[in-house]
Amino acid sequence: MSDQTPKNDALVRVDGVEKIFHRGSEDIHVLSNLTLKVPAGEFLALMGPSGSGKSTLLNLIGGLDRPTQGTVEVAGDRIDRLSDHALAAWRARHIGFVFQLYNLIPVLTAERNVELPLLLTSLTKAQRRKHVETALAMVGLSQRAAHFPRTLSGGEQQRVGIARAIVTDPTLLLCDEPTGDLDRKAGDEILNLLQALNREHGKTIIMVTHDPHASARAARTVHLTKGQLTSEAVK
Amino acid sequence: MRFFHLIWGNLKRRKLRTALTLLSILVAFVLFGFLCAIKQGLVGGVTLAGADRLIVRHKVSIIQLLPEAYQARMERVPGVAAAAHQTWFGGIYQDPKNFFMQCPVVPEQFMAMFPEFRLPPEQMKAWRATRTGAIVGRKTADRFGWKIGAKVPIMSPIWLRKPWVFDLVGIFEGRDKDTDTTSLFFRYDYFDESRKAQNWGQGLVGWYTIRVKDPAQAAEVARAVDQEFENSPAETKTEPEGAFIQAWANQIGNIGLIVASILGAVFFTILLVTGSTMSQAVRERIGELGVLKAIGFTNGQVLGLVLAESCLLTISGGGLGLGLAALAIARGDPTGGLLPLFHLPTADLLLGAGLCVALGVLTGLFPALQATRLRVVDALRRM
Repeated sequence: MSDQTPKNDALVRVDGVEKIFHRGSEDIHVLSNLTLKVPAGEFLALMGPSGSGKSTLLNLIGGLDRPTQGTVEVAGDRIDRLSDHALAAWRARHIGFVFQLYNLIPVLTAERNVELPLLLTSLTKAQRRKHVETALAMVGLSQRAAHFPRTLSGGEQQRVGIARAIVTDPTLLLCDEPTGDLDRKAGDEILNLLQALNREHGKTIIMVTHDPHASARAARTVHLTKGQLTSEAVK
Repeated sequence: MRFFHLIWGNLKRRKLRTALTLLSILVAFVLFGFLCAIKQGLVGGVTLAGADRLIVRHKVSIIQLLPEAYQARMERVPGVAAAAHQTWFGGIYQDPKNFFMQCPVVPEQFMAMFPEFRLPPEQMKAWRATRTGAIVGRKTADRFGWKIGAKVPIMSPIWLRKPWVFDLVGIFEGRDKDTDTTSLFFRYDYFDESRKAQNWGQGLVGWYTIRVKDPAQAAEVARAVDQEFENSPAETKTEPEGAFIQAWANQIGNIGLIVASILGAVFFTILLVTGSTMSQAVRERIGELGVLKAIGFTNGQVLGLVLAESCLLTISGGGLGLGLAALAIARGDPTGGLLPLFHLPTADLLLGAGLCVALGVLTGLFPALQATRLRVVDALRRM
């Protein structure tokens, strides 16, 4: 399967991408000639076994890594050609990341964690506070704003992570196993939240997951096996 | 400032480690402050020496005396504006540890030669009128609680080997903060006449200070003075006042080198301690740095964050250390008066401030560069 092309215009275009990692003298082909298009407003799930290249693909789309070959275009930008500096600025503007292990800064309160991406903008302190309050309200954590991550449950920490990802109103939300470290109930809450962000706020979401229960919430699911897209399911 | 809470939060992450590092930096800068003050006490006079003043001493050694009659001949040497002599009295007030310098001088000549000593006119008049009169600097007067009118007994192990009793007629102030106000001066005529009793030393003085008309001609004048007394029983060595004071201080050793060596060793150790703390701090949160980069922090911003953290640490510790040193030094000379000057010069304070920043940059640079070189995907795996 080389082309997964939806009918409408694509926000994300991955074209002929290869990713090879070098370990000593060994070359490890993680992605091979992969092509994928994700239209704006879609909730896409990427599934596949461990080592299939899901996270690597997510990293390429999020500008955290570069392809060995091929092109990655997001929101009209050829990000595989951007310099490190430009790529960092691009990520700040376009991408919201949600990580499996939440990746909150432990020495900062929930609101300070959410504020982090806004520190890179020209917003004033009052404007930043307003954005943070809105984001925390959206994830239902306004009352826990002053709490440090260690005092929050896993589900709450992940919701802070989502608030941090959406606080700048990014073009694209990239979620790497967002429920992978949560129990079913907390996981469902997170999935409900992601679904609401997609349906009610039109957020484009790409979610890597192992869990069929999680992928069922996405509008489309694509499967990766050994670095190649092997199947697709559209709801 | 918008990143301050992040930097501050990171420093608070390991409170004990940060406190111990801060304490070691603080101690280093207290030591720095004290060593600078001691150095100032020992060699500070060099920088304060008059550019137009030369010291004439016996060619063999400062302890060899020169004839008083040389003064008139010196004053005739072209380029010499004035001359005044002093003689080492070496007296002890109550206890040898109560050290301060005493010298017999000719009041008018002496005060004209050293305008940095400020004596009120009525006290000068009293000194002229009192044969056993003496004036003392403010620092020593305060040290022993002397007031004008006091009788000051000083035992001289050199001259007559008996207590000399002086009437305190004046207390002089220093023109500048750095002026040495620890010495006591009394009248040469009283001193010289009293020396008759021991049948030695009469008409002889310790050294001369001469003022040159043109400081640019000081070297020529010095040569001319030494030539004047060549092949005489008491040949002279003439040198700038600064060089004379430096040679005096060098009897202890090369003060600058000693101080620099101690401080070098201390700061090298602090560099390692703080550098290790910062490296450890960065290593512990590589994953978090990866998160910052993932959400859009550039390499430059990550570099700035780590450097700001190390600078905050060294500036806090160093600033506290310098402040404590300045406060302790302001309380006075801990040697009880052995150091004529004892204060932390502004230049050294600024040097200390510069060292705080330099230490912060140096200790933070290596871990900061490490942080910038991190690949985001690798860093995120170490969260």
